[in-house]
Amino acid sequence: MNLSLFVVVLITAIVLVAAALIIGRLLSPSSYNKQKGEAYECGIPTRGGSWMQFKVGYYLYAILFLMFDVETVFLFPWAVTVREAGIDGLINVLFFFVVLVLGLAYAWKKGALEWK
Amino acid sequence: MFDFAVVTQWVDTLLRSFLPDQAALLVEFLLVGLCLLTAYALIALALIYGERKICAWFQCRLGPNRVGPYGLIQPVADMFKMLIKELIDMNHSDKFLFRVAPFIVIISSVLAFGCIPFAKGLEILDFNVGIFFLLAVSSIGIVGILLAGWSSNNKFSLIGAMRSGAQMISYELSIGLTILTMVVLSGSMQLSTIVESQANGWFIFTGHIPAFIAFVIYLIAGTAETNRGPFDLPEADSELTAGYHTEYSGIQFGFFYLAEYLNMFVVAAVAATLFWGGWMPLHIPGFDNFNMIMDYIPSLFWFFGKVALMIFIIMWFKWTFPRLRIDQLLRLEWKYLLPINLINLMLMVIIVVFGLHF
Repeated sequence: MNLSLFVVVLITAIVLVAAALIIGRLLSPSSYNKQKGEAYECGIPTRGGSWMQFKVGYYLYAILFLMFDVETVFLFPWAVTVREAGIDGLINVLFFFVVLVLGLAYAWKKGALEWK
Repeated sequence: MFDFAVVTQWVDTLLRSFLPDQAALLVEFLLVGLCLLTAYALIALALIYGERKICAWFQCRLGPNRVGPYGLIQPVADMFKMLIKELIDMNHSDKFLFRVAPFIVIISSVLAFGCIPFAKGLEILDFNVGIFFLLAVSSIGIVGILLAGWSSNNKFSLIGAMRSGAQMISYELSIGLTILTMVVLSGSMQLSTIVESQANGWFIFTGHIPAFIAFVIYLIAGTAETNRGPFDLPEADSELTAGYHTEYSGIQFGFFYLAEYLNMFVVAAVAATLFWGGWMPLHIPGFDNFNMIMDYIPSLFWFFGKVALMIFIIMWFKWTFPRLRIDQLLRLEWKYLLPINLINLMLMVIIVVFGLHF
């Protein structure tokens, strides 16, 4: 039942966008002008392409994010059963946790968290 | 308290009385979709009106007051204006990705919207991993924003999208960890169970100090996640014209606008559900007469009252703090919020394991 409702919500979202786009196409004027299709960069003609190499700093944060986010995902099943797992479970998870904090400390020490 | 399951059950039996099972199910699905769309659109309109009025009051202006009484029809007029504006096709953009990006952004926000328990028995998607699903679904939006910036073939869009991506994934971490903290306290990921387990006091009261710290971090991270307030540098209008949606026009721009407001609603609703009890009225154990009086107030009012308060706080942020630089933004997340969050999580676990919570 839940899965079919998920599909219903998904289809609703797609229908919303598609319907609004069709209504927009029907109601809005359309005229072709070569200048109109140029990229808007404050009225100055674009120089070079925009699909180029980009600052590597962003990817560094993306990799760090991946590490910590996957860790959060691993902790979720334990979080639900914290009461049943009790102190034994807490000690087991602490090992995992400490390794992770060490990872963050290493990244911090290496200067990966600085924006340069 | 009024249970909305009564209404849905009544509709179900009514439909099944004169329709075959499959057809009844189909009609129900259509009704669910229709209700979802109506709620989505109405809340978006209310938020746009609220944003403009509150912004005006903060700046000692009157705000919209010409179209309809108190300017109430203004957001409708805005929406109609967006519909009748031309959809411009770019010369050098990646056409396919350019069109797909709004779909992804809207799908992410509608799916997250569908998970929220609005009132007793009034929720669409109620998975047993509800909050986890919400977290997963709301992070799909980043893909849409990155695609929008990349496919526009515009330097402002690209910079805006990249900033937005870095910001959203960074703060996604804080949101995940604060939600994890509250899951530790509640012992369940199902949103309806989370709300019902707050019948003897909301989590922000029963969870000691860790719950309050988690709430503050969640609010900061949520504001950053929706690209608002002091964290609006992906679309910093004075630097980047409009960030990742610079090249979008007409209703295609409207989708990003809509998704942004609805994401703010989702963030506020999750804050209300996890920390302030969702639709659960204020109960104090031991004061039975007081609890009974509180139960008379409908759950829908409790939920929307709390959400409105959260949204007001988020809007308040925007007009109080100056915009951060990207290095300050990332430093705030990685060097302050993340370590505090990890310590806070351990505090909460110790409190729950040793049974120290109220």
